[in-house]
Amino acid sequence: MSGARIAEILAAQPPPVSPWRRWRHQYGLAALGGTIVLGWIIVALAAQALAPWAPNAVEVTARLRPPSTLHMMGTDELGRDVLSRLIFGARISLITGIVVVTIGAFIGTVLGGIAAYAGGLIEEAIMRLTDLVLCFPPIILALAIGAALGIGTTNTITAMLVVWWPKFARLSRSLVLQQRSLEYVEAALVAGYGPGRILWRHIMPNSVGPLIVLVTLDVGNAIIIFAGLSFLGLGVVPPTAEWGSMISEGRELVAQWWVASFPGFAILSIVLGFNFLGDGVRDWLDPRSRRQ
Amino acid sequence: MTDQRPVVLEVDDLRTWFFTDQGIARAVDGVSFSIREGETVGIVGESGCGKSVTALSVMRLLEESARIVSGTIRFRGRDVIAMRPAELRAMRGGDVAMVFQDPMTSLNPVIRIARQLSESMTIHGQSGATAASRGINLLGSMGIASPERAMTGYPHQFSGGMRQRVVLAMGMSNEPALLLADEPTTALDVTIQAQILDLLGDLNRDFGTAIVLISHDLGVIATICARVIVMYAGEIVEQGPTVEILANPRHPYTWALLNARPGLDTDRGDRRLTTVEGMPPDPLSQPPGCRFAARCPFRQPVCDDHPPLLDAGPERLARCWLAGEEPFERQARRSPDAAAEFVPAATPIMEVKGLVKHFHLRGGLLARSHIVRAVDGVDLTIERGEIMGVVGESGCGKSTFARTLLRLFKPDSGSIRFDGQEIATASAATMRPLRRRLQMIFQNPYASLNPRMTVEAILAEPLRYHGLATNAAETRRRIDELLGLVGLGAGARERYPHEFSGGQRQRISIARALAVEPDFIVADEPISALDVNIQAQIVNLMIDLRERFGLTYLFIAHDLAVVRHICDRIMVLHLGQVAEIAPADDLFTAPLHPYTRYLISAQPALHGPERGTDRLKLTGEPANAIDPPSGCRFHTRCPIARKVCADAVPPLRLLRPRHEVACHFPGEFA
Amino acid sequence: MLRFLVARVGAMLVMTLLATLVVFLIANTVPGDPVLAQLGDQAASDPVFVAEWRHQYGLDRPLWQRYVIFLDGLRQGDLGRSIRSRRPVLDDVEEYGPATLELATVSFALTLIVGIPLGILAAVKRDSWVDHLARVISLLGVSSPTFWLAFILLAVFYGYLQIAPGPGRLGTIALPPPTVTGSYLIDSALAGDWDTFQDAAAHMVLPSIVLAAATIGLVTRTTRASMLECIRQDYVRMARAKGSRESRVILRHVLPNALVPVVTLSGLAYAQLLTGAVLTETVFSWPGLGRYTFLSASALDFPAIMAITLLVAVTYLVINLLTDISYAILDPRVRR
Repeated sequence: MSGARIAEILAAQPPPVSPWRRWRHQYGLAALGGTIVLGWIIVALAAQALAPWAPNAVEVTARLRPPSTLHMMGTDELGRDVLSRLIFGARISLITGIVVVTIGAFIGTVLGGIAAYAGGLIEEAIMRLTDLVLCFPPIILALAIGAALGIGTTNTITAMLVVWWPKFARLSRSLVLQQRSLEYVEAALVAGYGPGRILWRHIMPNSVGPLIVLVTLDVGNAIIIFAGLSFLGLGVVPPTAEWGSMISEGRELVAQWWVASFPGFAILSIVLGFNFLGDGVRDWLDPRSRRQ
Repeated sequence: MTDQRPVVLEVDDLRTWFFTDQGIARAVDGVSFSIREGETVGIVGESGCGKSVTALSVMRLLEESARIVSGTIRFRGRDVIAMRPAELRAMRGGDVAMVFQDPMTSLNPVIRIARQLSESMTIHGQSGATAASRGINLLGSMGIASPERAMTGYPHQFSGGMRQRVVLAMGMSNEPALLLADEPTTALDVTIQAQILDLLGDLNRDFGTAIVLISHDLGVIATICARVIVMYAGEIVEQGPTVEILANPRHPYTWALLNARPGLDTDRGDRRLTTVEGMPPDPLSQPPGCRFAARCPFRQPVCDDHPPLLDAGPERLARCWLAGEEPFERQARRSPDAAAEFVPAATPIMEVKGLVKHFHLRGGLLARSHIVRAVDGVDLTIERGEIMGVVGESGCGKSTFARTLLRLFKPDSGSIRFDGQEIATASAATMRPLRRRLQMIFQNPYASLNPRMTVEAILAEPLRYHGLATNAAETRRRIDELLGLVGLGAGARERYPHEFSGGQRQRISIARALAVEPDFIVADEPISALDVNIQAQIVNLMIDLRERFGLTYLFIAHDLAVVRHICDRIMVLHLGQVAEIAPADDLFTAPLHPYTRYLISAQPALHGPERGTDRLKLTGEPANAIDPPSGCRFHTRCPIARKVCADAVPPLRLLRPRHEVACHFPGEFA
Repeated sequence: MLRFLVARVGAMLVMTLLATLVVFLIANTVPGDPVLAQLGDQAASDPVFVAEWRHQYGLDRPLWQRYVIFLDGLRQGDLGRSIRSRRPVLDDVEEYGPATLELATVSFALTLIVGIPLGILAAVKRDSWVDHLARVISLLGVSSPTFWLAFILLAVFYGYLQIAPGPGRLGTIALPPPTVTGSYLIDSALAGDWDTFQDAAAHMVLPSIVLAAATIGLVTRTTRASMLECIRQDYVRMARAKGSRESRVILRHVLPNALVPVVTLSGLAYAQLLTGAVLTETVFSWPGLGRYTFLSASALDFPAIMAITLLVAVTYLVINLLTDISYAILDPRVRR
């Protein structure tokens, strides 16, 4: 085949996509998600400085004002500035979301890894325990435990933790089992390394990928569930500003829509952020996209 | 005497390119050939040479990123590339059928065999009733016992060989003029492979179907193909009648392929295999001149020009400037003198007696649990410095045996004495210092290295752990030494496993095993996952290392020819028990156990008197280790089995010098 | 197959028993005295009254005895007495259950009707606008808090656009149809009362969309991923090599395999719908168990909360059982 013909075919191809465009196509959403999350983290950290009003400052004369230049998101039933409460609410949501998921993931991963590596009775016991917790829908069980423990952020976090660790235990166990049957683990055994070393230095680094993806995606989930519990009356103690309870307070005020809508948009945006980020992390770790 | 039969398939200057983000991969780059009615043609080449893509191009079953950019494909005169979808669908499965490599995944797991089989016929116009009855007949003619029952089953209920027969039945259901078989036996055991190849030969004879057999194994192709096409880097490099090409290859690559594979009776010499170094070029950037030149031992300056296919004899073509000249000499790397005959030392390094390892498969709540008798009473003595081969088909227990030997599993009973010390029941603490002396190389180069560790980390760990290197400088020095020993440069240190090829990864595994200066290395199918040429490279490396360090190997493989070539003694395992143990030469010239005889006969042979003779055919399906037959485990398939064989397990007896057999009637087959 | 069934049912029963234990422990080993919570401040300050109350309800017996009493009560259908409604919780469940069941079932149907085809299309036409639309819908559905979405839709379609009816199952002056199944849609159709049917259906629209939003996202994503996975398989290539047209390949070969994990997921989805109902019903004033749970939670009505928890857990277990069974029916490899 002549060089001219080859050149013709090559010329007929669409121009190669620049690396920047390719990266943007693959990770653009993830970057967006990361920015959103980062944005909210900054908001939460700088809440004091950013909020125009005190979040719990009651002003009876300014009840239920629609959004204006003075109160950019309006005021609620007690005259409190919705925007300021929103900003302070970010703190609670982020903290609870991250705390519940990271601690739950840690507990779950360790238990799952031990179950997978030890096998036998230990594995049975741990797995039956996860089955037991998982036979209750998360929000209902968290509700029950939370009601038993009483209102309050710490109590709710504890209730959520009980519900949260099993899914990580299951994932961790299946990942470790998968790795354990691979030859490089056999090679490590042949070399004489002990189980602790193998589990920690060999298996775990190869298993963390999907776990990290789940953690990232799950923070959004935790935020929604905590807000849901607050909506139901558990969660934070009033008058603390929290997105779920804000929506609850405003849920019948269809005409004064700003009270309940803005907190919800906040939740939506932050959860989308974590979801985009999580999807991006998953794509990044996928060996099929890694290979070249 | 030229072939006058009508041409069924004509491929002219076919180019199929893959359009990827990284550029254009020229997978098939100017391939031309024709197939006549009733012919048997083989296409051979290593992975990536474009043989499968060629077949997929003919069927127009390419992936989205691949396109046929030029050339023509004509089936019975009709232009395949220009065919409209309806015509194409009529051709597929109707006139041209294709079977793929893995019978496990080629069948839809949730649909019954009957429906999948009938589908191939109803798509092409037959009625449901006709399809059903024809299906039963087809299954029968493919050698499936009780075809009516088989029809109602699901794919997962059948073995690999049976599934491949079903797939062939589907392919033949419309009596196609052409059958494309893409590595149809690669995933099957040797004796089953022999059955399927015979079946293909029968189909060709009885139905007149032309067969194109694609394989990386020249021996497989030599079994039934009258003509062979050799492909390399997307091009055809040699074409011609099989017999002639095997006798006198006219392209250096074919020559290398032939020499990299030992035959069943070739002279073992110093046991090294002739090989060419290096790897095929990257399809993203093919070199302008001869694509094999970079590796070719016969390279000349003229090879900078890309050679066309030149005449190399009657009906023969070769893409080499040296095609018409003197035959290539079969060069041995060292002197042709045989290696010194092995003399056993005073004490054996490994003594195994009565080794038993069973696995319990949990059935779950209320279901029966099964016992897999993976290793069921094995006796073996391995001498210091010996290369001990272990062969057997899948399920024979060789992998379990290897792992139990190294105490990756705890044996259920029996004794293992390593260098005089009993290790079958030893505690972890007792084993720890011994671990240095016992090492292992694995089959899967992709899974045997930790993907998250650099080569440096992988090699440093055992050095540090066993105290062979105490500081960073010494570690680095030793790592460089090890890398040099296995033929890798120091630049490999900072890279990760996925940056290396399969052969290179095996070298890293070998380096890791050597790091602790072991005495005994178990090699579990170390070359099965590699291309023929790379296999030869690794084998040579292992032999070099043995000579240098006085190592003892337990070499597990399913390829009898390779095992015969490099091992001192060989053990044949069958369903967890020893069938025969003998020195390599004796095992092949005078086997005593019927199973050994069949195993040898089933090997696709390239050279020597085995080819062309009526091969001994082993009928039936292999038994499995969950419910093994009573008495001698081979008796259900053994042609000379008598009553005592079903009643009593034959003991392992020493019948000739260093030659043991477990059979009630050793050497008595016709 | 029979052995498989027996094993699964047995496992479920064991889990149910353990679930009762869990619920019992939560209810009875809490910090703080439940008695005081039940009685209210005034009665609780009288120690004699408190002691009598304890004795009457058996709260002064050892823990394991109380568990046995609890189990015995369950056997007889006694789920405790709600503090708020002052009735046996069982009666409350009977009254409010059908509404939730109706809502959940309609939402479930919606989830499957929208989610599965969308997932299939997204996979078959990968990277097209359908695929992107499906991704957006899934993502939004999964990321929006149900209770907020309910509010937004209500505010927009009822408050602002005024095209949807307000909260509740029926209009404010309408009468429910004679009770046969408890489902207004079925009952009004059975009675031939098409006006009520229309009213009930109209009121069903917004709540079911809200409830289904998250599960649609889940089902779409899973279906798409499963389809993509199955399309890559060798048996698909084999089917094409036999000369099948593409539509047949997708429908007869890919779909039966791809739908297997989706069925598993559906069980999970139905359970998710039940719990989502808690939040949705509240906003729509839908008189179902979800709203009942909300009110109980707000009032810290312990017995009711515990009873609901147990009930939901058992429902969950039954759904899982059915899912496992359907898995075995669909995938012959599981049956061995």
